[in-house]
Amino acid sequence: MNEIATTNHHHEFIHMKNPYLPIPAVVKNALVETSDRMLRTLELRFLNEEDAQAFSFVPGQFCELSLLGKGEAPFGIASSPTEKGSLKFTINKAGVVTTALHHLEEGTEVGIRGPLGNGYPMDLFKGKNVLVIGGGFAFTTLRSLIAYFLHPENRNKVKDITVVYGARTPGLLLYKEELAEWQKRSDIKLVVTVDQGDKDWKGKVGLVPNVLEEAAPSSENTYAVICGPPVMIKFTFPKLMALRFPNERIYTSLEKRMKCGIGKCGRCNIGHLYVCKDGPVFSYAQLEKLPKDY
Amino acid sequence: MKLKLDKKNFIPFLQSLMDEYDLFAPVRLADGVSVYKKIDRPNEVDLSLRNTQKPAKEIFFPQSETMFRYEKAEKENRVTSTEEIKRNRVLLGARPCDIQAFALIDQVFAGKDYTDIYYLNKRKATTVIGMSCDHPLSTCFCSSLNGGPFHREGSDLFLTDLGESYLVELLTEKGMAFQKNKFFQKADDKELALAKGIEEKAAAKVKVSVPVDGIEKRLDQMVESPYWDRIQEKCLGCRVCTYLCPTCHCFDIVDEALTKKGRRVRNWDSCLSSLYSQETSGHNPRPTNRERTRQRLMHKFNYFPKNFDRIACVGCGRCILYCPGHFDIRQTIKEIQKGGEG
Repeated sequence: MNEIATTNHHHEFIHMKNPYLPIPAVVKNALVETSDRMLRTLELRFLNEEDAQAFSFVPGQFCELSLLGKGEAPFGIASSPTEKGSLKFTINKAGVVTTALHHLEEGTEVGIRGPLGNGYPMDLFKGKNVLVIGGGFAFTTLRSLIAYFLHPENRNKVKDITVVYGARTPGLLLYKEELAEWQKRSDIKLVVTVDQGDKDWKGKVGLVPNVLEEAAPSSENTYAVICGPPVMIKFTFPKLMALRFPNERIYTSLEKRMKCGIGKCGRCNIGHLYVCKDGPVFSYAQLEKLPKDY
Repeated sequence: MKLKLDKKNFIPFLQSLMDEYDLFAPVRLADGVSVYKKIDRPNEVDLSLRNTQKPAKEIFFPQSETMFRYEKAEKENRVTSTEEIKRNRVLLGARPCDIQAFALIDQVFAGKDYTDIYYLNKRKATTVIGMSCDHPLSTCFCSSLNGGPFHREGSDLFLTDLGESYLVELLTEKGMAFQKNKFFQKADDKELALAKGIEEKAAAKVKVSVPVDGIEKRLDQMVESPYWDRIQEKCLGCRVCTYLCPTCHCFDIVDEALTKKGRRVRNWDSCLSSLYSQETSGHNPRPTNRERTRQRLMHKFNYFPKNFDRIACVGCGRCILYCPGHFDIRQTIKEIQKGGEG
């Protein structure tokens, strides 16, 4: 009854590239982001121009970064598709591959596989208000999303942009210079908060859920996108409910241990969906139907 | 088209295959393990092995497989893929359950969006000569899963052992390419009648009927069932059931490195391993045997059917035969159908 899939796919397949082979790129710039030096943003440039031309992505997608001899690990793309010529990834130093990535110097070769995953539902956001809630170093693909909509070509694609972004301390905030620039703009409402300030901190002090409650953005005609540590999400979610955001209009991006990134190796499934290819972006309407395997 | 191959011509036939193809067939290794492997000498082939211990999937999806070799260089690292298959292949003597499983994992590796070139290159280069299963084991339950000892799905040619000869059925275009093979003769009516009798007898030997109808819907209601707490107690987490399962397709990717050179390799992996989904932070979404046992069964009987409209089990019985804890998936299926009772 099932025609062997190999025959069906024959034509596509002979012209297809091998999705497991890393595309060569080099480190253009490496920047320490946080005071604890655990987060570093790598700016990568494709080695070959045709690879750069062929690479097209939407905010929320990710790549497998590959260091020959060390292995691969998945990272959300932190730069926006509007920022041509390079890709940025903000990397938390945690294991073998991330530590090796932290030690790279300018000019070192890195492999890229991607873009992978679905990305944020940009079409759904069209003509709507967007509320972005971020915590800690989960702000990377949210930064891509915000930078995309703040680009002059795209700013009119959505209405109000409201951002609530928090970190434990001022030193742990990502992209500080950019946050300062966004603060000056009138076409984005940005609330930056820290759990605990220091002597130089003149901004808001408070936990993300409470700051969101206080800001009380309207849920009318609005999509919420939330990424952060589980504990932040746990306490922010009820606040979104209180603001009457339906599950269909709350999106998040999940992380899971991944290897292939293309739905073959099996490990990142949540129910019948694979975070690598059906996600990493899911609505809460989708997630509430799935086992809590994340 | 139905032909026959005289057994006295079997070795010359194998030799002729080897002249033209890389031949893969069942073999018993020196350590006693029965596997499908590349044949170096025709008399290695052992068609008397019923259900080999390792399934035939490793012809297309090896237990350990180099994906590419690399050499680091000043200007640009050199990466050489091992995806190309240089010689066509014949897989001979695989049993219907293992062959039915190819159709299942084809769907994963062909995929709608990404194609796994390592698997598909081997798959496309291979002609499958299936072999009827005249003596099913007591653990076999293929006929509950749309299969059977003479199930021909996925075979290009199909052999039935008639005693003095093999009946050879040419079933696909790839199979018809063997139409003029010099070792094949026309089968007569007597031989066809004999084959039919053998087929009926073998079908009657698979006695166990396992009720899989509706199991996907049933499992939808059992995600948080206490049943998983109970059945996980039998599982030691040894993972043999997943490695030997013809439909399990999980793998890990690792680098094996020397200073300047090395290779990227994929190895069979298992959802029953505690490290399988453990993240670098230490967080493990499936922290105990409960979640891991659930994952294995849900994947076969709920998630896979949701994605591909078929149950990811062919009833080969290996997981029953080789489980050190006597975990019997047939019993599990029956219990699930009763909502976890029994």
